[in-house]
Amino acid sequence: MQYLLSVIHEGTDLGTEEELVAVSAFNRRLQADGHWVFAGGLGFPDTATVVDNRDGRPVVTDGPFVETKEFLAGFWVLEAPDLDVALRLATEASRHCNRKIEVRPFL
Amino acid sequence: MNADDVATPVAAAIARAHREEWARVIATTARRFGDLDIAEDAAAEAFAAAVERWPVDGVPARPGAWLTTTASRKAVDRIRRDIRRGSKHEEAERLRDDSAPGVDGPVQDDRLRLVFACCHPALAMEARVALTLRMVGGLTVPEIARAFLVQDSAMARRITRAKTKIATAGIPYRVPSAAELPDRVSGVLAVLFLVFNEGYLATGPDTDPVRQDLTAEAIRLTRLLRGLLPDNGEVAGLLALMLLIEARRAARVSAGGELVALGDQDRTAWDGALIEEGHALVRERLATGRPAGRYQLLAAINAVHTSAPRADTTDWWQIVALYDQLVRLDPSPVVVLNRAVAVAELDGPEVALAILDRLRDILAGYHAYHATRADLLRRLGRDRDARTAYGTAIELAGNTAEVAYLARRRDQLG
Repeated sequence: MQYLLSVIHEGTDLGTEEELVAVSAFNRRLQADGHWVFAGGLGFPDTATVVDNRDGRPVVTDGPFVETKEFLAGFWVLEAPDLDVALRLATEASRHCNRKIEVRPFL
Repeated sequence: MNADDVATPVAAAIARAHREEWARVIATTARRFGDLDIAEDAAAEAFAAAVERWPVDGVPARPGAWLTTTASRKAVDRIRRDIRRGSKHEEAERLRDDSAPGVDGPVQDDRLRLVFACCHPALAMEARVALTLRMVGGLTVPEIARAFLVQDSAMARRITRAKTKIATAGIPYRVPSAAELPDRVSGVLAVLFLVFNEGYLATGPDTDPVRQDLTAEAIRLTRLLRGLLPDNGEVAGLLALMLLIEARRAARVSAGGELVALGDQDRTAWDGALIEEGHALVRERLATGRPAGRYQLLAAINAVHTSAPRADTTDWWQIVALYDQLVRLDPSPVVVLNRAVAVAELDGPEVALAILDRLRDILAGYHAYHATRADLLRRLGRDRDARTAYGTAIELAGNTAEVAYLARRRDQLG
């Protein structure tokens, strides 16, 4: 199965140097252990743009689709046989990146 | 022979099969088809088939095997129907693959996998309780809804949501590894103890003060778990604890519906067989010489209480010593409060009251804190303070028998 591990962030501070080093080492381990699919960090929500073309008349809006105190700062897409393994990886991920992690399965 | 003579033993056989085999039928079907929803429907259909067939064909020699085979057939039928409707491709895969998925390590009872899936930490506590009662306990959705005072439809949604999460999020049917086992077992025990406590001290103005259906179900499921994990000390401890509390049930509520404090209970009304069984479990754990966990310590405390033929022969020194061990393991304010109750017997109410004063801010919203404080103040002759404390306890207490007890105590003050 594949799982989305979302990094939940609050505030305007960036990741520290230590966090970056820890996450890089964790990523190399994910690759070596065959869990790695994809991962990335995202710009702050104020860099977001929402496009709505549901009725064929595209409307472009500046800013995130929903304003929240906590927001998505980055993510991993990981391969894991079941939720127990995904939760174990999320437990490590949370420690390394020093943020809360939401785990959701891909359908 | 009239119809009743046939129907009654068959009905009894079906009821017994339901009690003894439901969890196994669900567990085996769920493992084979990898889907709790399919397993639940198939098990229900298998029991419906038994109600129809057994009075005609007779009770099969091995009812459990008959039910499991029938449930498997029903599951296959349902999956074929789903395939014809063009849905559920995954399940088509499962039909081809008849091998047991997720077999890792030594062969384990399927029911154990089921228990760990239903009590998975990724599910909310209320979902775990509902799912365990439905899948392992075999209670119907309306029965569970009644037990927790919610609407049938709300309970059905809660169970459906939990089943969907298990299937979609990939919660495994697996007995946790040795490293994870203690944590995961304590998660299962928390679910069973919650069911027991809801029966033992039922909340709500319109419920019976003691819900024997719930305490009995919790004991039955804990016995089942003990059969599956016979060497686990905490499972044995929880079972002993439940038995020793249940043993006092008849003496715990007066004919007038009022809670009777432990010291005032008619000890001849206690159930000697349950006490003997509970004591035997406590002795068995002591004999292992292994350090006791939380439930084993609570069971040992209850064993000391139930060993005293009269309240005034209670070995309070022993009880305080056991609470000291418990506080080292779990220094939560409620444990400290319960220890203070024992300290009051050993060192006097003044010493206990000083302990309670330190808990005031944390336990301000807890009825038992105020009830204990009221009792200590009463014993110290501080009637006015006691009256106020009883009043706060009554406002916060949810159990009808307890409210009646506290109100009488307050009204007896000078």
